[in-house]
Order: sequence, then structure tokens, then C-alpha cells
Amino acid sequence: MLCKRIIPCLDIKDGRTVKGTNFVDLRDAGDPVELGAMYARQGADELVFLDITATVEKRKTLVELVRRIARELDIPFTVGGGISNISDVHALLDNGADKISINTAAFRDPGLLRSMAKEFGSQCIVLAIDIKQEDDREWYVYLNGGRTKTEMKAMDWARRGCDEGAGEILLTSMNHDGTRQGFALGILKEMVDELSIPVIASGGGGELVHFKDVFQKAAVDAALAASIFHFNEISIPVLKVYLTENNIPVRK
Amino acid sequence: MNERLPLAIIKYNAGNIQSVMFALERLGVNAVVTDNISQIQQANKVIFPGVGEASSAMQYLRERGLDQVIRELHQPVLGICLGMQLLCSHSEENDTSCLDIVPVQVRKFISESGEGRTKAPLKVPQVGWNNIYSLRTKLFDSVLEDSFIYNVHSYYAESSKYSIASCEYGVEYAAAVRKDNFYGVQFHAEKSAGVGAQILKNFIEL
Repeated sequence: MLCKRIIPCLDIKDGRTVKGTNFVDLRDAGDPVELGAMYARQGADELVFLDITATVEKRKTLVELVRRIARELDIPFTVGGGISNISDVHALLDNGADKISINTAAFRDPGLLRSMAKEFGSQCIVLAIDIKQEDDREWYVYLNGGRTKTEMKAMDWARRGCDEGAGEILLTSMNHDGTRQGFALGILKEMVDELSIPVIASGGGGELVHFKDVFQKAAVDAALAASIFHFNEISIPVLKVYLTENNIPVRK
Repeated sequence: MNERLPLAIIKYNAGNIQSVMFALERLGVNAVVTDNISQIQQANKVIFPGVGEASSAMQYLRERGLDQVIRELHQPVLGICLGMQLLCSHSEENDTSCLDIVPVQVRKFISESGEGRTKAPLKVPQVGWNNIYSLRTKLFDSVLEDSFIYNVHSYYAESSKYSIASCEYGVEYAAAVRKDNFYGVQFHAEKSAGVGAQILKNFIEL
């Protein structure tokens, strides 16, 4: 049976992981390669590396980093952050990334999704969408790491992205992100029911039960989290045992 | 310089070669990525990787005469993902005639929930980890039944007497096939953690 996936996300700046971790057994927790390899050993199903490096100049180091990660890691990984054209994608995939995630650039030019899917196949194109529920109860798409509001409704953009050739949707609720109060079950469930491609839930995972809920109630294909894994508040082996006990299929 | 290459990876217009190279490197194997016909013919083992689309891959192989070269290989050959599908007879992906080495049809997963089906519609492609069973041949030595492997695919090879591993996603299909010296795995062995490494190691040691 196809398993539900647990995906730690690592933020990268200038080639280093950004958020602190409290893993005492790592020589260098700031090294994305070492941290990623540790998650792989713990049983993470996939990893996402999100590059938040500000300058174009320093982004060149990302390709080198991707190569180092690919050399070390024996599970799939996605690279995202600031990807805006086909040649970015070429460089990342050629150096061993399995998938790329694209956000703002795809929104500005949805044709980019189509041309990327044609060139590389939908399976390696993850459409990341940041959304926020406003006072009118509607979910709106935000760009530029959540700084820019749009008038686009979340479902309309997700549907369009799917039609243009995205292979997966990575949906982050800004209302839930960082709260550790659980995932945005309602909108996630709507997306899962509506779209024919896998949906990855992001934002709000803080306790074991949140992961059970997002798989059972929203039926997502994968759940992503960052700090709770980095600070070892939830360890991946413990999470997987818990999900198995709750009859959720996960890789053992 | 007439030494036989231990392992050649066939270079063509379908990606993920770098990941396969790295996986072999982790096993301490030096592989050469090549589309040089005599290098491929003289290698001890050949890996035929692939992520991409069937008809354009077949066209590329035919234009370079690589299709006939692959058919005539006598050493162990391992097709991975699209590489495995191309070893089969025919693929529903753009109605493509493949290499026809393993007489099996490649079909598309049906995403619609058919009449009378109560199950939720399948997401296509299948993305993620699934378990393989009914494991046969040396390729799966030391691999436990129901081990997990990583998949990304919209098309699958039908179950047949050539299946040496099975998997289930809406239908039961061939997770791996073998005919004579030709092996194929649908999953990404190079991205399937320790299980995948064991399978690659078994192939190298065939």
C-alpha cells in the first residue's frame, strides 16, 4: 500500500541551515548535508530544502550544495526558493535534486509550470502555495514568502496549477504556520478532494495527534514540518510508530 | 586500454543519471555514463536508467542505433523506471513501441474511480513509498518481503510470468521484471534508502 510521507523541511541561507536545532549528536547542525543525512537515517521519507538566500550571487552556491546533498542522501529531496526559470531547474536536477518547488514565479507566469512540466515531467514539479484565510473566511494566495497578498482564491490557483502541469501541491497555511495548533484540515481536505495530484500539508504540526488528524481527516498524501523536528520535540521514529498504531500506512 | 568497464550507464535524453551515479558511488562502484556503443557492449554490467517520456526516449535511442545495441547485450542489464518500461513491448504512453525484450504491456494507471468502485480515485502519478512482495531471483537477495521502495510513475508493466517482484496501486503490477539477462525495476532503487542500495549491490554482484 502506498505510504503517507513525513517530510522535514530545512531552511537554507548562504549554504547553511537557518533555524537552530538541538541535536547534540551532530558535529555541525548548520550543515544541511549532515542534518539531512540524519533525518534520512531516522526514517524521513523525503526532504525539502528551501533556499532563502537573498542575493543572486550567493544563490550560485546552492547548486554545489545540492550536489553534496545528492551524493550523500539515499532518499528523494526537493529544492525550492527563488526558482524562476528553466535553467535554474536544469542546474538543480542535473546535480541530483529529485524535484523542485516553485511558488511566486509560477503565479506570475503560469506558463512556466507548463514548460517545466514538458521539459522535465510533472513528477518533479512541486507547486508551493502559501495561503491565508481572511475575515471573509476565504483562503487567498500570498506571494514572496507571505509578504504580498493577491486576490486569487487558493482553490482557483491550485486547480489552475494542476492543469498547467504541477505534479504535487505543497500547501502552507499562514494562519497555522508556527502555531503548533494543528494543520488547516478544512482547506486541505477540499484540495485533496478536488485535485488529482498529491497534496503535501504544511504549517501547524505541533503534536503527534496533528499528524494523525491531517492524514485521517484531510487525507493528505504527505505532511511537512520544520522546527518540531529540528528541536526534536517530535522524533520521526516515534511519530511513525504512533501513526502505525493508528492504522495509517507509513514506511517502516 | 582494452580493459572492460565494470559498469556502463547508458546516456540518453532521460534524466536522473546523476542520482544513479551517486548511488553507485556510495557502493564504491565506478560507473561510466556513455552513449559510446563499444563501451556499452564491452561493459560487464549495463544500467539503463530513465525519467522522462517513452516515445521521445525511444526515438532518441533509434536515431542513434542504441535500440538494437541494447537488444543484443549479453551481460546483465538493469532498466530503472522508464528504462524498465522501455525494455517491454509497448507502452500506452503516446502509443509507443518499445524495445520488446520483455514481452509485457505498459499501461497507464486509471485515476477515475470506475463504476461500482467504492475506493477513492487514485492519484496519478503514484508518488511515494510502497511495499514490494513475491520477490524472486538474486536481484532481491537479502531483501525482505514487503520492503519499501520509492516510486514516481504514471505507467506500469502488467503482471506476468516475467514479474520478479509485485506491487499494488489500484492494480497489482510488476515492480520488477526479468527475462534472461535483462532485469528491470519500476521503482527508483537509487532513492530507496538501504533497500534500494541492497538491490543495486545485488545487481552488481550478479
